[in-house]
Amino acid sequence: METNIFIQLLGNNWIAYTAIAVLPLGFLLLYALVAILAELKVSAWMQDRLGPMRTGPWGILQPLAEVVKLLQKEDITPDLANKVLYNLAPYMMFTGAYAAVAVIPFSQQFVPSNINLGLFYIFAVSAIATIGVVMGGWASNNKYSLLGAMRSVAQIISYEIPAAMAILATAVLASSLNLNEINTVQDGGIFNWFIFGGPGPWFKVFVLPFTFGLCLIYMIASLAETNRTPFDIPEGESELVAGYHTEYGGMKFAMFFLGEYVNMFIVSAIMATIFFGGWQSPFGSSIMSGPVWGLFWFLAKVGTVVFFQIWLRWTLPRLRVDQLMDLGWKYLLPMSFICFFAIALWKMLI
Amino acid sequence: MANYIKNMWDGVYTVLVGMKITWKHMFMKKVTVQYPDEMYPIPKNARNRLQLYADQCNGCNSCARICPVNCISIETLRVTPNDPENPKVLEDPENDHWLPRKLWVTKYDIDMAKCCYCSLCTTVCPSAAIQHTTDFEYSSYFKEDLLYHFTAMTPETVVSKKQMLEEHQAKEKAAKAAAAAKAAEEQAKAAATASAN
Repeated sequence: METNIFIQLLGNNWIAYTAIAVLPLGFLLLYALVAILAELKVSAWMQDRLGPMRTGPWGILQPLAEVVKLLQKEDITPDLANKVLYNLAPYMMFTGAYAAVAVIPFSQQFVPSNINLGLFYIFAVSAIATIGVVMGGWASNNKYSLLGAMRSVAQIISYEIPAAMAILATAVLASSLNLNEINTVQDGGIFNWFIFGGPGPWFKVFVLPFTFGLCLIYMIASLAETNRTPFDIPEGESELVAGYHTEYGGMKFAMFFLGEYVNMFIVSAIMATIFFGGWQSPFGSSIMSGPVWGLFWFLAKVGTVVFFQIWLRWTLPRLRVDQLMDLGWKYLLPMSFICFFAIALWKMLI
Repeated sequence: MANYIKNMWDGVYTVLVGMKITWKHMFMKKVTVQYPDEMYPIPKNARNRLQLYADQCNGCNSCARICPVNCISIETLRVTPNDPENPKVLEDPENDHWLPRKLWVTKYDIDMAKCCYCSLCTTVCPSAAIQHTTDFEYSSYFKEDLLYHFTAMTPETVVSKKQMLEEHQAKEKAAKAAAAAKAAEEQAKAAATASAN
């Protein structure tokens, strides 16, 4: 089956490719607005507040108001900043985040680019976002920015490895790095998802704790990768003003912000794809499945994971730098190795 | 090793406890009061904007004298004894008990920009004519807008009442002068008779 409906409909030409490239951008901009509103509202509700209530009914137009505010702001470049790097960094960050969307399987019929090295590609391009962070932090010529950028890099190095281990384990289970292929393998209902060990005989319950643990490890690591609380030390407000984007304002700040929210979407999409069956219906391939239902299930799963991220953000306080390193190197890394080893062993035995 | 596993367990468990708490709070009643639309109830004895009930004010000037910041300024005018209007002062609003008015209150201004909300004026007022209200939303762009004029009299009535009083006073004065002249005349007459004797 062709995995890209646009090539099917419009033919193998530039119009199809433009549509494929632009559609996720539009979707992500819309998603960012919804995610910002969700962040505002969920944070307010968890603190017994109402959140924005004045812009539109129940304040649903608040994100639009914030975008308009950011658009109106003056575009400032500090005198002593490195002009080229300073102006490039926000776009670098967004580009890195957006490039990863290329391989996300939104639905059976819509995988922007169905390449065989999908997982590997995502890990490669999501590192570009970190370069954006370092560029912005260094070029700002500000101590807080530089500290934020340095912390961000230290954090990404510590958490990229457990995350990679978690992803590698699912690659072992699916015997593929193609994200669409990984989804196809998880066919047959909720218990065939990789969080529950993937398809297999009844004694897969022995591997279930390990896959579940890996899912947890990836969740924690993804929080650290997106610089969100409890791992927001790169931009800890109380210590570093705003971390690497201290000096940024207006549209450049908006690009950083958008990049962060897109990053959030990417890690949630990876999580939904490799652990929760992506576009697979939780009731098996005969009930509520198909390209449109696939898109629905995928977005529902991503939305749930994003909600979890927001939930955790408003539950947990920030970790100290040493605690963060402790958690990353002493707990997550050995645990991810153990889980990976167990899963690889199980895959060898069956 | 046991400590290591315990740490891990604690890490997961305490996070779950925290998440349970935040989840519960998500559906709790919110504490926000959307101020301009709804308000906290204000106690009846709150000291906010001053209000004068002109019917009850007898113009005794106690409030102006006790005010520590001099924000009340009062001008009064004597009521002509045979005023055709026969003005009255509401002495007891609960029992609707009225007394004859002795003084017109021609000017009663309170400068709320100066007021320090000490409530002394309401304490000394013999007829509870000046009182604090619960209205606190009266900020304005100009200081002049905070000067409140409370008198119920129009400038025209003030002028007419003043004229009436002046006429009355002139009449009284004339009567007095006549009486004095008469008395002096009588005295002179008496003195004349005395000296004649």
